[in-house]
Parts: sequence; structure tokens; C-alpha cells
Amino acid sequence: MDLYDVIVIGAGVSGCAVARELARRDARVLVVERADDVCCGTSKANSAIVHAGFDAQPGSLMAKLNVEGNRLMYEWAQELNFGVIPVGSLVVCVSEDTRDGLTALLERGRANGVPDLRIIERDELVQMEPNIADEAVAALWAPTGGIVDCFGLTIALAENAVANGVEFAFNQQVVDVRRDGDAWLVVTPQATLRTRAVVNAAGVYADDIHNLVAQPDDALRIVARKGEYYLLDTTAGAHVRHTVFMLPSAMGKGVLVSPTVHGNLIVGPTALDVDDKEATNTTPDGLAQVASKCSLTVKDVPLREVITTFAGLRAHQDAHDFRIGEVAGAPHFYDCAAIESPGLTSAPAIGVMVAGLVADGLGLADKPAGAFDPTRPGYANLNIIDFDAWGRLCEQDPAYGNIICRCCRVSEAQIVDTIHRNPGARSLDAVKRRTGATMGRCQGGFCTPKIMEILERELGMDAREITKRGPGSELVLGLNKDAVADPSAKEGGEA
Amino acid sequence: MAQTRELTCIRCPMGCALTVELDDSGAVTSVTGNSCPRGAQYGRDEVTNPVRTVTTSMPVVGASHAHMVSVKTQTDVPKGKVFDVIAALAGLTAQAPVAIGDVLVHDVAGTGVDVVATSNAR
Amino acid sequence: MGNSIEKRAIVIVGGGPAGLAAAVAAHEAGERDVLILERDTQLGGILNQCIHNGFGLHTFHEELTGPEYAARYVAQVDELGIERRLGTMVLDISEDRVVTAVSATDGITRIQAGAVILAMGCRERPRGALAIPGYRPAGIYSAGTAQRLVNIEGQLPGREVVILGSGDIGLIMARRMTFEGAHVQCVAEIMPYSGGLKRNIVQCLDDFGIPLLLSHTVVDIEGRDRVEAVTIAEVDERMKPIPGTERRYPCDTLLLSVGLLPENELSREAGVELSGVTRGPVVNERLETSVPGVFACGNVLHVHDLVDFVSQEAAAAGRSAAAYVARGEDAAAQRVDIVATDGVRYTVPAYLSGSDLDQDVTLRFRVGGVFRDRYVSVYLDDERVRHAKKRILTPGEMEQVVIKADQLRERAPHTVTVKLEEE
Repeated sequence: MDLYDVIVIGAGVSGCAVARELARRDARVLVVERADDVCCGTSKANSAIVHAGFDAQPGSLMAKLNVEGNRLMYEWAQELNFGVIPVGSLVVCVSEDTRDGLTALLERGRANGVPDLRIIERDELVQMEPNIADEAVAALWAPTGGIVDCFGLTIALAENAVANGVEFAFNQQVVDVRRDGDAWLVVTPQATLRTRAVVNAAGVYADDIHNLVAQPDDALRIVARKGEYYLLDTTAGAHVRHTVFMLPSAMGKGVLVSPTVHGNLIVGPTALDVDDKEATNTTPDGLAQVASKCSLTVKDVPLREVITTFAGLRAHQDAHDFRIGEVAGAPHFYDCAAIESPGLTSAPAIGVMVAGLVADGLGLADKPAGAFDPTRPGYANLNIIDFDAWGRLCEQDPAYGNIICRCCRVSEAQIVDTIHRNPGARSLDAVKRRTGATMGRCQGGFCTPKIMEILERELGMDAREITKRGPGSELVLGLNKDAVADPSAKEGGEA
Repeated sequence: MAQTRELTCIRCPMGCALTVELDDSGAVTSVTGNSCPRGAQYGRDEVTNPVRTVTTSMPVVGASHAHMVSVKTQTDVPKGKVFDVIAALAGLTAQAPVAIGDVLVHDVAGTGVDVVATSNAR
Repeated sequence: MGNSIEKRAIVIVGGGPAGLAAAVAAHEAGERDVLILERDTQLGGILNQCIHNGFGLHTFHEELTGPEYAARYVAQVDELGIERRLGTMVLDISEDRVVTAVSATDGITRIQAGAVILAMGCRERPRGALAIPGYRPAGIYSAGTAQRLVNIEGQLPGREVVILGSGDIGLIMARRMTFEGAHVQCVAEIMPYSGGLKRNIVQCLDDFGIPLLLSHTVVDIEGRDRVEAVTIAEVDERMKPIPGTERRYPCDTLLLSVGLLPENELSREAGVELSGVTRGPVVNERLETSVPGVFACGNVLHVHDLVDFVSQEAAAAGRSAAAYVARGEDAAAQRVDIVATDGVRYTVPAYLSGSDLDQDVTLRFRVGGVFRDRYVSVYLDDERVRHAKKRILTPGEMEQVVIKADQLRERAPHTVTVKLEEE
């Protein structure tokens, strides 16, 4: 049986960051993922915020990795070409009674090492955010806060990992991990894989994986904490210019209102612990909460411009800190667990940290100088390109002139590109995450059939095999009249 | 037994509300509420021998772009025969080139009505 | 490519029914330099997938299917030798009418247009816009997407179907899916009346025993990967679901026919003033928008029920554009507002330009509720000049009324009012 050096369980943003950082080492690395693509769990449905780092408890792992992750995020965006915009964030105080809270947050942020924090008064706040609520009295301004394309980040990490030798296995759910001599066996319904080390980056299921190998007194419990969101059309994208949080007050905790890197406006989330770790459904209550809470900090949020609503599940544990490190009594089994907010921001730092632990544990050497390429080409973005540059792209590849998704301006060339990269898009949502196609105001109404056709053509698949997001989510269930009884067939047929 | 039927005319988008009177033998004595002669005819047909035009599509092979060619029954067919027409078309494939008006199936499902193409496939 | 700018008299954005009729009319009005830009690979727009019949009774005095209706206009455009560029997406229209487009054959092109006719049509309101709670599995399609899959691709989106919304495309798809072997369980409509034409309820639902549930909506969608069931509940007069009325429908597909929205992103960026009611451009009697030389017609202007009226309206826009190119910009005249009130939600046009009203003006409008036995009245200032009784008016059916040119000339009104009256 083949022996891997490291198997990473889970191809979310943490798993992909770890894999990408492990790719700097001389090691055979495999990422095993139950879904058909990277970025299919918590990583795909969250606020997509680059947190500045003032929120976490000083001295916690969260605080350290958030601030470090924030710094790395902007650096990595340069070499990996994913979308990140340092719009800055505001924590808005809506009552003089809670102003102390704002000062405390400022001090906590400074203790965490967040740069350039300051408190701004209402006049300046209104200048910065004309739509801020009338009740707003002051805010904490964090210029290092930002917004990120959470899909783009995860995919960039995965592509760069593959380009540097990491392997991925999709549609394989890990059902068991057990010791086998000096190694671990990672069992999926399709295969039993042997590896020297395991990284548990299984998101909301990281407790199940952890508990397979941990000692009884070291059990982990991850709770799925649901967050529901509204995503508004790009016509509403400029309603706020920064990420606007609310300072918790007697009115409650509030929700964030923020532009997104795709130019939309995101509003949410709620926070409700749920038993079902698959419960990514929105609910009447949750959506109503978001709708009412957003007005606490921002006025006239144009909710009628909604183009979709969604829910994500955070991997919460009661201790409310990341759980990173070797599991006691399980040599070379490393948890990368309980990665809840600010987990996305922290991902680069988590990747560096976990890869470091594994490399030290296994004694992995760095690849020779120049053998690791940290750069990854991005996808063309026809929304920000100027027309002359677009024209030059068309000269190289006429398919850049064939617009498939009109709302988000995605051409055939970009979609073909997603399919032929590695890991490549195999489903409609995989194309969506890489290009933004179907994410616009018509929500795939016009482009879904066209993207299906491109997937069919490029992958040599039948329409009935094309899925939204992997097996079980087939987009069409048959062909016209395939279940209509044909009486003429009995008579020998016609035409 | 004399009776009255209230119908919505489907002959044009106006959707006139028709009242059709029938005598003891089931013969139509009057149609009112219509705005045109087509409506009067619809009223009479609908209570005696309701008819429909069937529109659907067929796969086409050999065309440069089209996968399907749209079709219709050249004229109305009895309403009770609509699913027979559909069933008769199941499994049939047209061969390009097809032009609007081309007869693709003769006398479909014994209705005496032909099925013709309503789109071009070259 | 490069910086060269092509010059054309009239550029028509969109080669669907509106664009085609506008092109033909502009040509017939004497303008020979007309260019149609169409994003699809063929002319005809949405008509190509509307394979049902019912088109053309007004225009051609016979009942045609969508592709046949389109083909009649395409034949005219061919015969007149009107140039068209297919697979060409317009990216930008500037306020001085420079049209930038992209295509696989020509890359990026820029065209200085003497006049622009907006004919981009509309799009369907998606599930997301309704914020229906539940999961987001495969198997939720807008009716028009399903129509394309079935009619153009020959693919069946699903087998057990629930339809939300009784817009015409939803009703038509109930019949289409039934013909193609699917089972349509019901159509739920949140309003107390249908959004579609009565004839479509008869021939697409009643014919097949498909129930239409008025004042009902979908309150939950189940299924993580593919739709497994939806829950439908009755709503109260404020359109809020009534607890206890929920019923679960196991199904694999949910089709949505919950409204059409004029597709005006290009117009907005061109600086065209849009109506909050129609979501289309605010136009005068020449169908000219707030940007001089930019005209609009068809579903991009306001959503129509009947293609015949799209063709009529578009022909008027084509003639206006040709006149504009021939004559140049009109001197600013006193604007005469048209007030839509007492049940009338809007009118197109929304105002009269006030200069040389030498032609009758057709006002198209929709009402805001179901009204029986009302009069449609038109006032020029305080004088009632039209008073026509209608047995029934519903929001799902567009109405029209004509004001005579001589009346407008004689009275020279400051305001025109269109309203419903009980007597």
C-alpha cells in the first residue's frame, strides 16, 4: 500500500491552506474531501470578512492567528491572485451607554497587535458611511479590516497546492481513522489510505474524526452554529463602503452589513446552534431576524434588492478557541478544529502553523530553493478589466468574447479555464465558485443551460450526469418524453 | 335536458367569458359573451367536440445548432386525442434540414391531422 | 479593434420581437443604416423557446407559435437586408450613444449611433428574490429556464413538479412538462388572482386537472442535493402564511413564475431615467427615454403579455428613431405629465413631449387589482375625453387606450389623467 506523508481530511479553507504550506516541504500530501470540490462546507457560506483582529481574547490562539492571518491574507492575495479588498471595518456604537464597550474593544485590539485602530465620532462616521443609523454615536475604525472572495481564496490555495505536488481526492468521506504500526489508516468507502500523519480539518465534523483517535477524556464536541444571510444585488453594493459591525448593546448583538468583493451587499448572520450538521437551510425566523437587526446600524438597507439568501454552519466549540495541535496519545495526528470566525481570516496563519507542526513532527525537509512556486494565475475578471485589455484577450482566445453569464460578465473562456485547471470544476456550483457565474441578479436563469452545455462538451458528459454540486444533485432528470409510452413502438415504429 | 355552460374562450388572449346554451338534445342553441366569430365557434366546439392544437418538440439530428425542432398539429385535434398525439411522437426523431411547415408525421395517432415543424433546423 | 469607432444611424440592442419590429419599421420609415446587435446565436429572442401557439392574432390574423412569429419578422429583416451581428453582447452605452459590444468574432467593438433603440427584454425574478426559506438544492428553476431546457435542449428538469406563481410562462410550462412526461401537482399563487392570462389557466391547467391554489405560497424547500419536497401554506390578506395551513408536497422540482423584470442595467449606466413602477425607462409618446436619441420598446420598457403589442410598440420606436436621425433633436417643449391614478398603476408613455403631436397616442397601462365593470377614463386637464367600459380588469392583463391627436392639439392640456371610474 502506498504511504503518504500527510493526509489532510477536509478541503475547506483550512485544509487547503495546510496543504499549500505543506507543499513547501518534501512530502507526499493528499487532501481527502467528501464533497465534489474544495470549499463546500463552512468555507463557502460565511461573511467573507477579513477581520482586523480586535475581537478575540488577548493571548488566545484566535487572537494570534487572526492578526497574523490578516497580514498574510493581503500578502498571499498578491501571489495567489484571489480577490481581497481592504475596505476597513467599523464597529458602531449606537448608544452612549455602551461607549465603554468601544473603548474596551480598542484596548483589546491594541493588545492583540491590531494596527491603526482608533475611535471615530459621529461626524466622521457619517462622512465615511452616509447611511449609518441615526442612533450611531461613535465607532471603532479598523483600516486593516477587509473583504475576501472566500471561494477564490480556497480555490487558489488548492490550485497552488496541486501545482506543487499535492494530490486531492474528492467524493470520499472519511469513515474511520486507525493506527497501523507506525502509520495511520484513513478509511473511506472507496479506499483505505496509509499515511504517516493526519491533519483533521473536517469542519463541523472535526469532532467525529478527532474522537476516532482521541483518548476518552479528550473528547471534542463541535456544535454547528447556523448563520443566515441576505445577499443583495450589486445595485445595493455601495449602500455601505466598509464592513459595518454593531457593538453589542441592550438592543442585542446586531448583524454585519458589508460590501462583498463581487460588488454585492451582504447582511447577516444570525447565530443559532443546531443539532443537524447538514442544516444549511434558511428559516423564516432567521431571515426575519437579519432583516430587523440590520437597521440597528445602517438605515434603509434595500432588502428588496435581495438576490439570494443562504445559511452557513460555523464549527463552534464551547471553549471558543481554535483547537490546533497533536492529539494526546495519537502521534502525528493533528487537529485543525473548531475553526470558527475569524477562521477564514486566520486560514493563512493556520496553514503556516499546522504545516510547521507536521513538518517538525515528521522531520520533513523543505524543498530545494526554487522547487516551490508560490504563485498561481488568477481568472480573468471582465468586470474590472478595461475594454482594450478585454479586446486583447479576445485576440488570444475568441471565447473571451462569448458572454455566458450576463449578470456577472463571465465568458466561455473563463468557464473552460475552470474545467481544465486542477482541481478543476466538475459541477455548476464549482464553476460558480471559480468565476461568479450564476451569482448575479438572475441567479443562473439564463446561463445555467449554457454552462451545462460547456461542462458536457469539455468533460464528455451527458446532460443527465451534470450536477449542481456532486452526485445526487443532478440538474436534469431525464430527456423529453422518455417516460411517455410509445404505442407505435409496438407496431414496429414510424419515421 | 336544457343546460347552460360557462366557459372561458381560449381562442385569443382576450379570454372572453362565454355562455353556451344547449337544448334537450345537447345541441347548442346560443353562444353569448364572445367578441368574434372564432369565439362562437369555440363555444360550440367546446361543449360538443372540444379540440386543441398540440404544440411540442422533437429531437432533430444533423442540424448545425438545434437539438430540437418545435412542432404542432397542423390543425386542431380532438381534445381526447391529445395524449395519443404526444405518445405517437415519443421516440421519433426528425432529420435536418427541417423548415417551418414541413410535415414530420402524417396522420398522427389516427387523427387525420399532420404534425408540422414550427421552427427551422438546418 | 483598436480605437476606431464605427458610425451607424440606428443601433438596436436586442434582436428579439421588439428589436426586429423596430428594425423593420425604421427601415420602412426610410432609414437604411440600421444595425441589430443580438447576444444569442439567432434572432428571435425568447420567442424561439415559446413553442406554444397563441401569437400573431393581431399582427398576422392567424394563430402562430413563437418560432413561427419570430420567423415572419426575421424573413422581413432578411428581405430588407438589415444588418445583424449575432453572439454580440452590448457592454456599455454612453450618454452620447457610443455603444460598446463584445463578440467572439469581432472582439470588442465601438459604434457611434445616431439613435439607439433599447430592446433587451426582461428576465425572470429568481427564487432568491422571494427569500423563500429552506435549502438550495438542484431542481429549482425559473419557468423560463425550464422552458429552455425542455424546448431547446430536450431535457426534462424533473418528474414531480410544483409550480410557484401563475405567470404565463409558469402556466405554459405546466402543460409542457405534462406533455413531456412529468407530473405537475399544483400551481400556487400568493395573490388572490392569477398573474397569467385566463386562457392559459383553462388550456394549461384545467385541461389537465392541475389545481391552481390562489393565496398560497411556498414556505419551505427540503432536500440538500436535489429538491425532495416543498411546503405550501395559505396566506392572509397581508400575504403572510397562515399557521396550520401548511401542506407538504413531495416533489423533485420547483418551478418559479413569480414575475418578470425589465433588464435595464445598460439603460441605467447610460443615464436613462427608470420608473420605480415598471422598472423600465420613463418615455414620452415617441418612446424616447430621458437620454436624447435613446428609445425603448418591448419588455425592456414594461413587461407585456402579448408579443403582438410588443411588435406594435417597437414599430413606433423604430419610426421615432428614424425620425430623430433624420431630423435631429427636438427643441425642448413643455412636458405634459400623464397622471396614472385610481387603480391605474402606470402608463407608457409616462409623459408627452408636447411638441407637434401629429399622431394618436396609445397609452398602455396595468391596473393594481381586480376590478369589475369599471370605466377607463382619460381626462385632458378637467375634461373627460375617453370613457370606455370594461367588464373586468386584472393586473395580469395589459390594457390600452388611445388619445386622438386632434384632441390633444385642440385642448393643449397641461396634464393628462388616466383612471378607473365606477360610472
